[in-house]
Amino acid sequence: MTEEVKTDGQRSSAFVVSPQKRKMQKLAKNAGETLLLGIASFVAIIVLFIFFFVAVDAIPYFQLRGFTEFFTSTGWYPADEPGEFGALAIIYGSAMVTFGSALLAVPMGIAAAVCLSDILPFSVRQYAKPVIEMLAAIPSVAFGFFALVILAPLLQSNGGPLLMWTWWILAAPFLLLAVIVAADLLSARFAQEENRKKMALLLQSLFGLLAVLVLYVVGTKLNAIEIITGTNALNVSIILSFMALPTIVSVAEDALQSVGRELREGSYALGATRAETLLKTVLPAASSGILAAVILGIMRALGETMVVWMASGNSSHIPDPWYNYLDAVRTLTATIAGDMGEADQVTGSERYHVLFAMGLLLLVISFFSNLVSERIVVRQRKILSGQ
Amino acid sequence: MYIKMKLFRNILLGAAVLGVMSAGEASAAGKIVMDGSTTVGPIAKSFAAYFTKTTGTEVTVSESGSGNGAKSIINGTCDIANMSRGMKDKEVAAAKAKGVSPVEHIVALDGLAVVVNPGNRVTALSKSQIRDIYSGKITNWSKVGGPNAQIVKIQRESNSGTQDTFKSLVMGKQYPISKRAESQASNGAVKNRVSTTPAAIGFIGLGFVDSSVKPLLVEGVAPSAETVKNGTYPISRPLFMYTNGQPTGVVKQFIDLNKTSNGMRMISELGFVNK
Repeated sequence: MTEEVKTDGQRSSAFVVSPQKRKMQKLAKNAGETLLLGIASFVAIIVLFIFFFVAVDAIPYFQLRGFTEFFTSTGWYPADEPGEFGALAIIYGSAMVTFGSALLAVPMGIAAAVCLSDILPFSVRQYAKPVIEMLAAIPSVAFGFFALVILAPLLQSNGGPLLMWTWWILAAPFLLLAVIVAADLLSARFAQEENRKKMALLLQSLFGLLAVLVLYVVGTKLNAIEIITGTNALNVSIILSFMALPTIVSVAEDALQSVGRELREGSYALGATRAETLLKTVLPAASSGILAAVILGIMRALGETMVVWMASGNSSHIPDPWYNYLDAVRTLTATIAGDMGEADQVTGSERYHVLFAMGLLLLVISFFSNLVSERIVVRQRKILSGQ
Repeated sequence: MYIKMKLFRNILLGAAVLGVMSAGEASAAGKIVMDGSTTVGPIAKSFAAYFTKTTGTEVTVSESGSGNGAKSIINGTCDIANMSRGMKDKEVAAAKAKGVSPVEHIVALDGLAVVVNPGNRVTALSKSQIRDIYSGKITNWSKVGGPNAQIVKIQRESNSGTQDTFKSLVMGKQYPISKRAESQASNGAVKNRVSTTPAAIGFIGLGFVDSSVKPLLVEGVAPSAETVKNGTYPISRPLFMYTNGQPTGVVKQFIDLNKTSNGMRMISELGFVNK
């Protein structure tokens, strides 16, 4: 793309290109651009085509049965004559495991990303990040096998104690922090200068006892839980959170890295501590990238099929009570995979098209969440650049 | 290109004809493609290994469920469809519409064992108790003489012939299986879930029963080769292989294996019952 160089309307003789060569270059440039445009639009067209063909097979279902049954009934008996195609419980199941895995993966992922980008020394990070990214390389059927053969029996035989220990390990540090901070704040507020220390100590021991009591009571409650079936929403949520983690960590860490030294050093120069710099400068500056990471991770969990098919129990009912993560659920993806075998156009067309309706629903959900995240990212960028 | 393909096909055809004419001799000309039931799968696979060894004919066996087997034979993508249930009227009609005339061959009999975890003290259930458990009327083992534990019901996915058989032989039309029942994709997966879940109940083909699960007496009869053969065990069924039209050549030879002493030995070794 060597353009001719002009200086004040005069041609510099060193850069003169013959007209013929210029023509060739222009042609090559156009050809290259067209090729790249073609490849880019090909990818876009594939996406549109998938949308189109899924929709073409999904619409007949709604023409045959309408929207009401699909979205409001929980009766899923596709093989019966006549069949029932209520997908509410299945949609709920998908939402449940996606939410559960996000609940586990998002805090863990962001914390790990912060740790990688701002806390660990460079030499450790060099090894830690590839190891975390290795998680993404494990095939989902291997995760599913682990969930079905190891995690499910483990939850059944030792579910209560496992939950108790998890609660203790997760809650203890937070409660400890809360006790210290609360005692300091209260004593600073209400005690005189001279006996502030004594007051703080008193409050600390009081709150400490309270915290231990909370830990103990909740722990024993959890310990008493008996998990009847190990292939349940909790099992799948745990495994899906592992699968979403590498995406979240990797993308969020890149976002944190791209904040750059200037902002961090500026913050330190203003006298901020490391915690303040992280919470008030780095995280807000990287928030759009982190949000993109979270949405990518959630999409991974929503679209995962093999693990949920193997380990969610595949029972199409809304758990009882509705928040019971220890009950078996069925998801959209697993239903498509499990029912596709029998559902042929020749053997009952509603049954065939309803699966495409589910596929379309999944596509629409991911389309909208991508759209929303895109909007947020653009808006965030505008705010940060001061417009 | 087209002419070349045609020539190639003719050569293949000629080879096949020669192979059939020199029946008895080992010939690598034919190839048999099988698809369908995971229940019939073990029979098909051991027949295939034996058949390839003795005749040199290559046999491929896919296990994707009875429904897929029917689909494959209707679409002409397999020579033999293994099915653990009879073809439905709809499937026969679809086959006719595509110019395929499915012919059924019963290769063996199978009992459907209702299995529980070996730790469960329940040893026998009546058919109506099993029905009540699966329809959700009985939800606790204590109601049928077991420990006080909620019953975990495990069924198969809808493309399974085993599931169809269970539904037609035990449940009947007016008792749908409860929404709370979990689904697994194969006999092996059901067995795995039952063997690792203390409160589980499931149903698997007789050939899959081993010491990791406990088969229940149904109506007082234990599932076994004898009780299936003499008809006293209430949940039993024939296993089918379907062909397009009456089989000829290697396909006929293959299906007729179940009448030979070697074939019968393989069937009973796999835990199935000779008809």
